[in-house]
Amino acid sequence: MKLRDRWLLPEGVGELLPAEAWALETVRRQLLDCYRSWGYELVIPPFIEYLDSLLTGTGHDLDLQTFKLTDQLTGRTLGVRADMTPQVARIDAHRLQREEPVRLCYLGTVLHTRADGFAGSRSPMQVGAELFGNASVASDLEVLALMLETLRLTGVQDIHLDLGHVGIFRGLAAEAGLDADREATLFDALQRKAIPELRELTADLPVEQGARLCRLATLNGGHEVLIEARTQLAGASAATRQALDNLCAIADAARENLPDTPLHFDLAELRGYTFHTGVVFAAFVPGQGQEIARGGRYDHIGEVFGRARPATGFSTDLKTLLALGRRPDVARPGGIFAPADGDAALRERIAGLRAAGERVVRGLPGQAGDAGSMGCDRELRCQDGQWVVADLVE
Amino acid sequence: MSNTLTIALSKGRIFKETLPLLAHAGIVPVDDPETSRKLILDTNQADVKLVIIRASDVPTYVQYGAADLGVAGKDVLMEHGGEGLYEPVDLNIARCKLMVAGPVGGAAEPEHMRIATKYVHTTRRYYAERGRQVEIIKLYGSMELAPLVGLADRIVDVVDTGNTLKANGLEPLEHIADISSRLVVNKASMKMKHERVKEFIDRIAEAVGRSD
Repeated sequence: MKLRDRWLLPEGVGELLPAEAWALETVRRQLLDCYRSWGYELVIPPFIEYLDSLLTGTGHDLDLQTFKLTDQLTGRTLGVRADMTPQVARIDAHRLQREEPVRLCYLGTVLHTRADGFAGSRSPMQVGAELFGNASVASDLEVLALMLETLRLTGVQDIHLDLGHVGIFRGLAAEAGLDADREATLFDALQRKAIPELRELTADLPVEQGARLCRLATLNGGHEVLIEARTQLAGASAATRQALDNLCAIADAARENLPDTPLHFDLAELRGYTFHTGVVFAAFVPGQGQEIARGGRYDHIGEVFGRARPATGFSTDLKTLLALGRRPDVARPGGIFAPADGDAALRERIAGLRAAGERVVRGLPGQAGDAGSMGCDRELRCQDGQWVVADLVE
Repeated sequence: MSNTLTIALSKGRIFKETLPLLAHAGIVPVDDPETSRKLILDTNQADVKLVIIRASDVPTYVQYGAADLGVAGKDVLMEHGGEGLYEPVDLNIARCKLMVAGPVGGAAEPEHMRIATKYVHTTRRYYAERGRQVEIIKLYGSMELAPLVGLADRIVDVVDTGNTLKANGLEPLEHIADISSRLVVNKASMKMKHERVKEFIDRIAEAVGRSD
């Protein structure tokens, strides 16, 4: 057989067959209903747009992750979205331009040039929510709570939250007067908690400043870490201490509002560093070596679209959640099989049942299979001139 | 959730030199990997297991959470990229150097150098940083042979005593990095099994400090 006859999909690209597709759709509806009940408005950004607006304010990583093509009408480069968050930020800053806080949610397929993560998917279904126009702890907490609600609705259990704050490292880097290259190298070592490397990299800094940067790598653990951080970073710049205060305030609010969720703190966790400006968080579950949902504050992205607005949000991949979640309720329901031949009364009866929410499958003349093989558990039968729904007889 | 701690190690030098460190953390394997055919080794602690895998697979196992912790050479980590891993402790074991080597008293570098190595990414990065265009040939072993048979002009490999190079008429030319083994930790384990993992890291760091 020739390779092309096998109809393989590209690597990292998947499709959902009926049972899975229906499970995903069921969850999708519930999630959007949930977001609506929290006051989040749905937006549907385009699948492709001009590359410069797609990548503005984001990092080099997203550039590499984005598929590009040329627009034959304008000669400009188009990008297929790899992340919907910047699109939603553009919508808030440029299209809506409201003064009030804006709550937006979105859901759609994104494409990645390279599979990241264990599942190796290049076509995740991104779902997320963003809250624009408010910089308070309350808005960070709302987004955090909505992320947990999202995970709960998809049936994911035993969630652990990890919290950090990019402002702490940023403050320390600014204080030490690091240039961009140096900051990037330190950032890289810090992401790996490579303490020996950090010591080398900070050896020529003033002792106190270097020590504080190195300490970030060990400041991780339960709530006690925040108390320790207060002591360790007492001599740091005002910006660093403010960032720490902000993280503590969010931690206190989270402990009060989400008492059942284990919290972990990591001051060296800087996911989305180029993009985020404040608190960053991620959800982990046992058995998964990598995070399953993430989010945080990113206050400056609106600037490039003409309007600086505080912003906070989260996003996750619905396909991953569905694979992890345990949801017995989304199994396909049975249905009613209707015979191929019948009168106007049958047609009316079918229409009535369908309107009442039943799944009615009409038989076709000479078709293969019976009611059972068409996924039905009942059938329409004519008794004394009446069409009645009856259980299948063996 | 399972509270088992899984530690990924490779056979040979790393395993041998990690044993005393593990012992300091109170962990002693029940089987010897050199004689046992088992890939998962039990230890004196019921909830601590050792998995024995190829050195270059250790970062992958730990990154995806198949093992909570592992011991990997810096050479392997540089090649892997280290993404998605923590590497908090330099264990100071299995020390060597990653070097460029070539024939003793060999000719000047040709315009288009061919380099044989198993460290493809590291080599590419090293030469790219120097603005040099080179051709890289991926080999899985016996690197020293490549310059002798005209397959490559230089090799990039780890050098311990340098005896193998010498025996094949090669000499070290450029130093790329000092190599030693690191303790690597899965990110999710660090967050979800924090107390266990952190205590283990502290004990190991203590053992390293003591042997210095």
